Amino acid sequence: MLIDLLIEAIKAIIVVVMVLNLSGVLLWFERKGSALIQDRIGANRASLTGLGKRMGLPNLGLVNTLIADPLKLFTKEDFVPDGADKFLHGLAPFLALFPVIVTFAVVPFGDVVQIGSRTITLQAANINAAALYILATIGIGVYGIALGGWASNNRWALLGGIRATAQMISYEIGLGLAIISIVMTYGTLDLQAMCHAQGGVWFGFLPRWGICLQPVAFLMLLTAGMAESKRVPFDLPEGESELVAGYFTEYSGGKQAVFMMTDFAEIVLVAVLITVFFFGGWQVPWLYRDGFHFPGGAHLGLPQLLVAILGVIAFMIKTVLFCWLQILIRWTLPRFRYDQLMRLGWKGLVPLGLANVVVTAVVVVLASGAH
Amino acid sequence: MVPMSYFVGLSAVLFAIGVAGVLLRRNIIVIFMSIEVMLNAVNLAFVALGRRLGSMDGQVIVFFVMTVAAAEAAVGLAIIISVFRNRETVNADELNLMRW
Amino acid sequence: MSPGVFIFLAALAVISALGTVAQRNPVHCLLALVVTLLTIAVIFIGLDAVTVGFLQAIVYAGAIMVLFLFVIWLLNLQAELRSAPGYLALKAIAGLLSAVLVAELFVLLWHAPTAGGAKAVAPADYGSIQTLATTLFSDYLVAFEITSVLLLAAIVGAIALARRAPAPHAASAQAVGAQAAGAPARSEGA
Repeated sequence: MLIDLLIEAIKAIIVVVMVLNLSGVLLWFERKGSALIQDRIGANRASLTGLGKRMGLPNLGLVNTLIADPLKLFTKEDFVPDGADKFLHGLAPFLALFPVIVTFAVVPFGDVVQIGSRTITLQAANINAAALYILATIGIGVYGIALGGWASNNRWALLGGIRATAQMISYEIGLGLAIISIVMTYGTLDLQAMCHAQGGVWFGFLPRWGICLQPVAFLMLLTAGMAESKRVPFDLPEGESELVAGYFTEYSGGKQAVFMMTDFAEIVLVAVLITVFFFGGWQVPWLYRDGFHFPGGAHLGLPQLLVAILGVIAFMIKTVLFCWLQILIRWTLPRFRYDQLMRLGWKGLVPLGLANVVVTAVVVVLASGAH
Repeated sequence: MVPMSYFVGLSAVLFAIGVAGVLLRRNIIVIFMSIEVMLNAVNLAFVALGRRLGSMDGQVIVFFVMTVAAAEAAVGLAIIISVFRNRETVNADELNLMRW
Repeated sequence: MSPGVFIFLAALAVISALGTVAQRNPVHCLLALVVTLLTIAVIFIGLDAVTVGFLQAIVYAGAIMVLFLFVIWLLNLQAELRSAPGYLALKAIAGLLSAVLVAELFVLLWHAPTAGGAKAVAPADYGSIQTLATTLFSDYLVAFEITSVLLLAAIVGAIALARRAPAPHAASAQAVGAQAAGAPARSEGA
């Protein structure tokens, strides 16, 4: 009983620590990657020992972004504007961060691991209705942004907050329709079962990943996910050249750091959802529980622990790949105007999603009727 | 195991709190929110009694109550917006044009 | 559901419901109502009604309350003053009547025929989305279709009610447009 609780606690801690660390790494990735894309150098000044500079090595900006910046942000004065609602001003950043991190509880980052006589599923919480849970937490995530904008006693922040809230609830529908198509295709709400269903091959060599079954839903999830996390090209609520900083104008120091962390944690969340739904999650092509079964017929037997570790590594590689894709899209596309954004959400994604659901339903009924 | 009457008792308390809110508050948005509290108390009673009988009917009725509450909230808030545009107030005491 | 968990959730629900009806700032009332809704969603999940619990969080706490928040912003509602003057006698009577209501409901429902424990083991798949969908689309199909028409009527009604009246604005816009077109022509001629 106590051992079970300890294992669950360790899994939960591993998930949270991995997400927060990946957010930090993505911050560095974004700063240096955007510098490379924009043909400039980026942060390269701070260093701890000066040894790299004396040896003539280039400064990658790691100390700058990962140590100096967070240290600066967390030691700044915590400023609450005059006339603002103190309680909500302090609560809003954490109310925005909490649902995003809590969503990672249902994400399966590997197959089972056998330790002694115990089978441990590599998923922090095994909920049957995991897809509904994801929709619920994404829906609750609106409140942090809304209250952050309102509690600042600043009309531009309120305007940014209203825009952000309207954008988030509009694209939730597109997100929900994409998830519904996936749920209909696999016939289950459980994420671990979806990952299991994406094992195996077609025609002897093609992995059974979800992207081949639901390409439209993949594009919808990518678009709606980037709009939910208010990344460029959907970042008008943040409006870095229009509304100063939109809904988090009046936040400085640690609270701004928490809002930034929310932004990057949502990047990781969208990447993880794309991986789990469309790219097999922790499935490595041609790897089964007892080892590799290559298309030519070759078989490579592997211990069960190594198979599980390969699955976790594959999951992390795919996640980082989709985080990189979102960062690349951010620094490539210009920003949408607000009416273009709303038109894409309501007149583009919603009809496309409904059509996708209808076509998926027809195909599922025909495919199951044929058996 | 928690007896079912506890859940129904909780539903009764929440319902009475909602009624107190409707009767005591003057801001019509807060009155509307108290009505939502009442609706949720009733939903809780439905789910608890449905679970007691092992039947899904309670949950289906809760599904319909939620849908109707959503429709009612949308139309009610639109009415409140129209009232505010015309009368510049959301205080229920000042909306007294139909009193004799 | 163990008694400790139930007592915690019940206390949380009652305290946040009291917060909803007692707070002076409408946004604080709304937050208290969101906490109440989420607590009730958790109680639903504890009662094995998993789908309805998550739907409560998605639809009620995630969408309807955001609509309330938008209206509060649109109307720019401020916090109420400490004590609204007058009507003290009526407020006392209202409080008394609510207390009487609680007492009545307890007397009626506590010893109702359904008193006693829940069926210890729910039927298999109770509260799952498959069972809910099967019941909804077989026994309650007509109600489902009528509800969809109701939602359509609500959408149309809400838009029609909340829209600004276009006629006076269109007339004045045309007048302003004519003046604006006339002014540059005059300034160019001058």
